[in-house]
Amino acid sequence: MILKPRLQDLKIIGYYLSKVIIGLAFTMLIPVIAGIAFAEKNPVIDFFLAFEITLILGLLLQKICFTEKDLNWMQGMIVVSLSWAVATLLGAVPLYLSGHWKSYLDACFDAMSGFATTGLTLVQNLDHLSYAHNLWRHLIMFIGGQGIVIVALSFFVKGFSGAFKMYVGEARDERILPNVINTSRFIWLVSIVYLILGTLTLGLVGIWEGMKGVNAFFHGACVFMAAFDTGGFAPQSQNILYYHSFLFEIVTIVIMVLGAINFKLHYHVWMGNRRELRKNIETIALFAAIMITFFIIALNLSQLNVYPGALLLLRKGFYQLISGHTGTGYQTIYAQQFVREWGNLALVGLICAMGLGGSICSTTGAIKMLRIGIIFKALAQDVKKIILPEKAIVLQRFHHIKEVFLEDAQVRSALTISLLYLLLYGLGALVGMWFGYPFLEALFESTSAAANVGLSCGVTSASMPALLKVTYILQMWAGRLEFMSIFTLLGFFVAAIKGK
Amino acid sequence: MKKKVYGSWSVVGGLAALCLSCSLAFAQPLSSQELINNAKQYDGKTVTYTGEVIGDIMIRGNYAWVNLNDGNNAIGIWMPEAFTKALDYSGSYKARGDLIEVSGIFNRACTEHGGDLDIHAQMVRKISPGGDIKENLSMDKKNLALILLGVLILIWILSLFKKK
Repeated sequence: MILKPRLQDLKIIGYYLSKVIIGLAFTMLIPVIAGIAFAEKNPVIDFFLAFEITLILGLLLQKICFTEKDLNWMQGMIVVSLSWAVATLLGAVPLYLSGHWKSYLDACFDAMSGFATTGLTLVQNLDHLSYAHNLWRHLIMFIGGQGIVIVALSFFVKGFSGAFKMYVGEARDERILPNVINTSRFIWLVSIVYLILGTLTLGLVGIWEGMKGVNAFFHGACVFMAAFDTGGFAPQSQNILYYHSFLFEIVTIVIMVLGAINFKLHYHVWMGNRRELRKNIETIALFAAIMITFFIIALNLSQLNVYPGALLLLRKGFYQLISGHTGTGYQTIYAQQFVREWGNLALVGLICAMGLGGSICSTTGAIKMLRIGIIFKALAQDVKKIILPEKAIVLQRFHHIKEVFLEDAQVRSALTISLLYLLLYGLGALVGMWFGYPFLEALFESTSAAANVGLSCGVTSASMPALLKVTYILQMWAGRLEFMSIFTLLGFFVAAIKGK
Repeated sequence: MKKKVYGSWSVVGGLAALCLSCSLAFAQPLSSQELINNAKQYDGKTVTYTGEVIGDIMIRGNYAWVNLNDGNNAIGIWMPEAFTKALDYSGSYKARGDLIEVSGIFNRACTEHGGDLDIHAQMVRKISPGGDIKENLSMDKKNLALILLGVLILIWILSLFKKK
């Protein structure tokens, strides 16, 4: 029997949702400060308006739903899924007010793309966008990469047991430190340290390459936020091609890889355990996957003679591959060049890389390397069972921070999530094909959206059908949260209608 | 309108420069879409491209990168640093960049620049100068912001009463 949600459930959900909304409102003051610093009048008003709207909504919801009760699993999951939907709707307000998005739906598309660290964009005339709006585009990637709810957990919540449920709902099932709030704060510490170092490095590279000081550091901060959080937005319409700099590409590759590594691994490396990098199943799987997919791409690019010389092939091919594999979506070629110049095999290689993703408990999307590693370990175990005598007991181990014995529950979970991702990639491709896009292009863009990558082969544009925009928004949402909190939300709606 | 022509002052050099400028005369400009979509067709050929200067003018030794946006895409132009002296405005939130026409060699995957799609400029001319964009404050937005500020203050006062 399905139980109808009670008013108390709604109040608890509403109360914790209000915390996230209030948190979001205060982050909107950062672009206000940037707007004042750069003397941008209208952008300051855009963000102040959005701040007021968001804060009013948050405060009203907090008053109406006030409760001292803690969250249960269902409520925690629903708060997370609703937080992302509400953050998208409210985060899109200042974008839409700027006039650089053709419709509110387009602004919502970019807001979801930002929060989910995807990087697909429908912005118009990006090269004339204000500093304040540009900062917001990248800031929402930084917030989304750490997890919207984690922001609230870190700064607005003193401690409650429901925190872990919200943490898990944001597709992070690993605690680095015993307390989940301390874990959130550690993730922020890591991110802020890298933000300072990354901004300085990129800023100095920018100045070295001829950019003006302020612009170089502003671009440095924006590009770092989008690269480390494997987002893919850039301050200029040409994306990374704008800089025409090999050094800039090298630095962004390092940042993208850092962003694709498990925060838990960062912690262990920071603590001096560097051997973990070589032993961890995720880093081994990531290295192997990068090598295999790059081999596929390089083979096809060389076959078609797309780039004159191995060095150029390496520079262009490897950059797009790392960008795709880490789920960033930075490009040093034009979207159309994927379809017009790269061969089908290279595109398939890139789609595979995008679909596989980086590490769990990182800012990447997609299936992720731990699951791939587990699936391969399970396959190896099954093969061993066939080869070895029937009476032999086959135990399979893998190293992930510590030695772990492979269990059926882990394999089932890894296979279920992987299957759901494959379904999501396929469903988006079907919708794309329904609107007349060729199979490979539809699959490329769908995988890019669902795996929160952001590479585009040209399908994503303001002129694409509204239903396709909505499909990609839903894919980005489901892909970022790894399904469970979305399924819980759907179940909640079903219970509200059919429950007794 | 100021045009820059580089050539020797000697008779032979002058003739050579004349021949060069004849062959490089600004032809019908091509759009970025046309160039990117048919990059193989135009690879290594002299093309004319028009666009607004956007972002930073990045000086690299005796040359510079200037990105030109024609409304659809921006393409990187590699030009002698001397050409950039004529550029006064670069497109941003607060400025409309100079609109310039470039004639030069189009590269689908430039061997000199890491495989970038770019144009190596041989001639540049300014079509129209850019300028500052005057920012008019939207009164509707301003009024709405003031009303919402009033609502926020009201909520704050009500919450104070409730606490008492």
